Amino acid sequence: MYDISALYEAKTVQEAVSLLTAHPDAVIIAGGSDVLIKIREGRLAGCELVSIYGVDEMRGITKEEDGTIRIGSLTSFSHIHADPIIKKHIAVLGEAVNMVGGPQIRAIGTIGGNTCNGVTSADSASTLFAYDAILELTGPDGVRQVPIREFYTGPGRVALKKGELETAVLIPSKSYSGYKGCYIKYGMRNAMEIATTGCSVNVKLSRDKKMLRDIRIGYGVAAPTPIRAVHAEERLRGMEVSAVARDLLGEAVLEDVTPRDSWRASKDFRLHLCSTMAKRAFTEAVRRAGGEIDE
Amino acid sequence: MNEVNRQFKQVTCTINGKVRTTIVDVRASLTDMLRNDYRLTSVKKGCEVGECGACTVLIDGEAFDSCIYLAVWADGKDIITLEGLEGPNGELSDIQQAFIRENAIQCGFCSPGFILSAKEILDSGILYTDDELRKLLSGHLCRCTGYENILKAVKKTMYQRLGKKLPPELEQDETVST
Ligand SMILES: Cc1cc2nc3c(=O)[nH]c(=O)nc-3n(C[C@H](O)[C@H](O)[C@H](O)COP(=O)(O)OP(=O)(O)OC[C@H]3O[C@@H](n4cnc5c(N)ncnc54)[C@H](O)[C@@H]3O)c2cc1C
Ligand code: FES
Ligand code: FES
Repeated sequence: MYDISALYEAKTVQEAVSLLTAHPDAVIIAGGSDVLIKIREGRLAGCELVSIYGVDEMRGITKEEDGTIRIGSLTSFSHIHADPIIKKHIAVLGEAVNMVGGPQIRAIGTIGGNTCNGVTSADSASTLFAYDAILELTGPDGVRQVPIREFYTGPGRVALKKGELETAVLIPSKSYSGYKGCYIKYGMRNAMEIATTGCSVNVKLSRDKKMLRDIRIGYGVAAPTPIRAVHAEERLRGMEVSAVARDLLGEAVLEDVTPRDSWRASKDFRLHLCSTMAKRAFTEAVRRAGGEIDE
Repeated sequence: MNEVNRQFKQVTCTINGKVRTTIVDVRASLTDMLRNDYRLTSVKKGCEVGECGACTVLIDGEAFDSCIYLAVWADGKDIITLEGLEGPNGELSDIQQAFIRENAIQCGFCSPGFILSAKEILDSGILYTDDELRKLLSGHLCRCTGYENILKAVKKTMYQRLGKKLPPELEQDETVST
């Protein structure tokens, strides 16, 4: 038995908004793989819950007419990983969510929960940052779209207003067309492990595959929230695809990241990881984009 | 807990092929419902926080930790527990027999969960590599066996079901054990 004082179940997005408005102190529960753990640990004990797990209209992945990929916020990691649209256009996102916990966690955990928990180690977050994802939020005043980089307001805090829920993750065509990416998760074990650091890099190469037309770098656990390595991106954009560019990247990211000491790893080790993982993810992203780095 | 606020809900779902209905306390996990209302005690309570897989059941064909799944969510779902693998005359399924033959069971606490994940793996009809199998079984902890025999049991059953010849290292193992 969970220590819950009341449970309100929504079947539609509108019902969810009404329930959240009527019960302003209630906590949203999607798959519950964060919320139920917190209730067990006592941190949320006695809370009221609004369950959105039954809101089927928030499940599934579609490609809209303008090419935008729409991932319903309730879509589970296992369904994102198996989805043909994701495999074809943003394979790296499917790979990243396939590194969450173990199979049973991937069956219950949702991408909405992974972003709304505001956690820096969330395995989908660095890749969503790296693809300039847009979050669709629905509330009493209607629907609004927020770029993921403006969504995190601090560790564990996001820009959801009272009565609002995240209904979809959107990835516009210009963010993924022509890009190839790679996500690396560093952890002490291969499964059932929270990332010590996560790094997601994607690149768009010139037609002859020799020049970096664009590069985007997302990190988890390199700062209190997921971040983009904007400074390093600027340094590399327009450079020739080469070992020089790769090594410069390894240096430049150090100006973007601000990892901390924790029981999982020291700051120095995380700095080393940030640099090494960026170089490896870059090398692999370039390879997937059809380029080559000569030593 | 404030008794006045107790909240209940009727839940109808298919369990091991039969349609069943019960009234659950909304605070119950699916583990609570399966064990207490239906006496399906193969569903174990291990960590109860999604770490160990002892409570694994199949919901619409996919393995879930029933300890972190609210019982009310089971409404309308198709659930399979280890009891559902029993044949009409009480026979054990191929994968259960393989677990016994390969010594993949010691205390047995993790076995129902492992076997249900194995069922999802085997029902997919895909021939997985060892690394893939390890990843697919990684949501379970076993404190006794050291995992090798569990992997072997799943792997041999996978080859048998697909009508494929066992890889040499497993075949050799067969001749030694018989
Ligand atoms: C054993 C175990 C291992 C794990 N391993 C990993 C891992 O390796 N990597 C990883 O990233 N995570 C991991 N997690 C954490 C968790 O599974 C993920 O964060 C998951 O994405 C949470 O999704 P959920 O639907 O279960 O969230 P919930 O627990 O339902 O919700 C999480 C938070 O988001 C809010 N929320 C959820 N959906 C919405 C929405 N649509 N709109 C507004 N607010 C919403 C909730 O109020 C809550 O604050 C693990 C958890 C467990 C129990
Ligand atoms: S008892 Fe459910 S995962 Fe451990
Ligand atoms: S056999 Fe004892 S825990 Fe696995």
